[in-house]
Amino acid sequence: MKVKELDISGWGRIPRATSLAVRPERLAAAAAAVRACPEGGLVAYGGGRSYGDAALNDGGHVLLTRRLDRILAFDPGTAQLVSEPGVTISELQSFLVPRGFTLPAVPGTGFASLGGAVANDIHGKNHDRHGSLGDHVLWFDLLMADGTFLRVSAEDDPGLFAATVGGVGLTGILMTICVNVLPCPSNAVRVTEMRAEDLDHFLTLLSQHRDRETYSVGWIDTLARGARFGRGILEVAEPSERPVAARPARRLRVPFDMPGFALNRWSIGALNAWYYGRVPSFGRDRVVPLEKFSHPLDAILDWNRMYGRAGFRQFQCVIPDDRAPSGIRCLLEAVTETRAGSFLAVLKTMGGEGRGCLSFPMRGFTLALDFPARARTAEILARLEGITLEHGGRIYLAKDSCLSPEGFVQMYPKLPALREVLDRVDPDRLFVSDLARRLNIRGGA
Amino acid sequence: MAADPENPRRWIVLGASSSIGRAFARLAAADGADIVLAGRDTDDLQRIAADVALRSGRQADVLYFDAQATGQHEAFVESCIAFGAPIDVMLLFGAMPAQEATDEDFELARQTIEVNYVGAVSVLNRLAPHFEKQGDGRIVVLSSVAGDRGRVKNYLYGSAKGALNLYLQGLRARLFRSGVTVTTVKAGFLDTDMSYGMPGLFLVASPEACARACLDLGAKGREVAYFPFFWWGIMTIIRSIPERIFKRLSI
Repeated sequence: MKVKELDISGWGRIPRATSLAVRPERLAAAAAAVRACPEGGLVAYGGGRSYGDAALNDGGHVLLTRRLDRILAFDPGTAQLVSEPGVTISELQSFLVPRGFTLPAVPGTGFASLGGAVANDIHGKNHDRHGSLGDHVLWFDLLMADGTFLRVSAEDDPGLFAATVGGVGLTGILMTICVNVLPCPSNAVRVTEMRAEDLDHFLTLLSQHRDRETYSVGWIDTLARGARFGRGILEVAEPSERPVAARPARRLRVPFDMPGFALNRWSIGALNAWYYGRVPSFGRDRVVPLEKFSHPLDAILDWNRMYGRAGFRQFQCVIPDDRAPSGIRCLLEAVTETRAGSFLAVLKTMGGEGRGCLSFPMRGFTLALDFPARARTAEILARLEGITLEHGGRIYLAKDSCLSPEGFVQMYPKLPALREVLDRVDPDRLFVSDLARRLNIRGGA
Repeated sequence: MAADPENPRRWIVLGASSSIGRAFARLAAADGADIVLAGRDTDDLQRIAADVALRSGRQADVLYFDAQATGQHEAFVESCIAFGAPIDVMLLFGAMPAQEATDEDFELARQTIEVNYVGAVSVLNRLAPHFEKQGDGRIVVLSSVAGDRGRVKNYLYGSAKGALNLYLQGLRARLFRSGVTVTTVKAGFLDTDMSYGMPGLFLVASPEACARACLDLGAKGREVAYFPFFWWGIMTIIRSIPERIFKRLSI
């Protein structure tokens, strides 16, 4: 088994981990790597797009999945796609969309791998309508702790299925995944943008549109205060019958680590004012490529370097519908008060619970923020965790690097079911990650 | 050779389960060719075949091929021809154990020579008459800069690749007379499973870039080329060092 020492991080560039990495190119090599019972345990690392430590294993091993990137079957009749885990969401979309289909859930970045997307049960801007990716997984082949492959469906082994879909990679390594894809009339969506003048207006707009359009997503100006507190732009979209001319995506790249002070409350304030002002008060309508609408930030490669070498922390929580107005307000007030100024703040709605033990979604409103990693960031995040708990909410593990184990237990009531399955399929605790250690997911010790 | 949908060409990819083989098959199929994937791990090759066929809409087949099993090569070549259509060949297989390992174990040294040199000669020798009959086509062979000079760190592998390079010179001259081109691609450091985790690599090229280069160099009918191209400069310097100095260097 060939290994390479790697210093890796998630997309937030913090925390970092030093691990021995194996990089199988075929199933037999992956199985051999697992059978070797690598010291310090093992976790799969795909596109490296989870923000925190979900795919890190400091002092242990990681299995890089990107070279397991073969699309194995696609049947337009049944709309079933079978693929290996290392294919990225973008690669799958560029395969599916010209054939009149789309993945049922697409995350904010197309660079995430399919395996990571399933293991984190990712959602997109259409969650109210179509649920999360895990809702569409039919079966998968799992590389188990003993080095054997097992085909798992929700019918055969509901426990193992739920522990794997949205199970942050602790049951084993996804090797082959079968998902149901959705028809998609063209490569474009018709987007309507409208201004939300304050938070109440925003929440009202989101409630009105969540069931009306397929896609909806809001951007919030976290620095607006007073009467404009909680203002932002709501984008809603429907698949367009009319395609747009397929042009190769223009991509810019952040060529170096920007200095840590580049994103401050003045620069973010100016950007926010521009972003808000570019949509006229009466709104606007456009037809844009689905890819651009799904992954707006992918146009700027390495955008995480904008936060400088120190990296940044992401925060995303969901608050149930009835508590959302007060919950979202408290969260935003906490952010505004600290004047931390989150560069990206996204507010959207979610439709319901996912199928996985650690699936993030629940019916409610979800808020995503990011903060440059500074001395006080941990303090702010602890406060946001407290507010989330008070309002019966949940923090998204794929984005997280700061949640406390106590908070985690309260947010994820299906944890005992996960532990039971893990004790059954991996009693020696081969599969482990920094996230699993930090949150004491396996329990005991 | 331009893609003709009525009469597609067929690339025989020898050693297709490597990352370069996979990338090459995808690119060649995207350019309109049908593909035969040849290698030992046929289960894995079936997955590549499915991927290539799905993405490109071309035909992709799998054949068992073991470079060391030279007794089977005659039948293997017959099977390739039986698929029909004019063929082109991309030879990618190779083995590169550490020098110290081949120093200590002659069986391993013999295997290294058998895979990299004897196996290549065996299959190319049997393919040559078919290419002469076909009267056109491309043979592209992925060789190595290690074949340019016997270095203390890698001379066993290097000697096999060096011998292969000499063989290809002669084969090129022979097949030139029938309108067939033979391209030797001398690769530097590639980010493949073979080199994964090795210390001291620099300016490592991706398998996709290498596959693209093999396809393009073959299409142009180039005789010998370095990939990435700057290895031409590095190897020119390394070849020009006098032996009495070179023997003292540990490169």
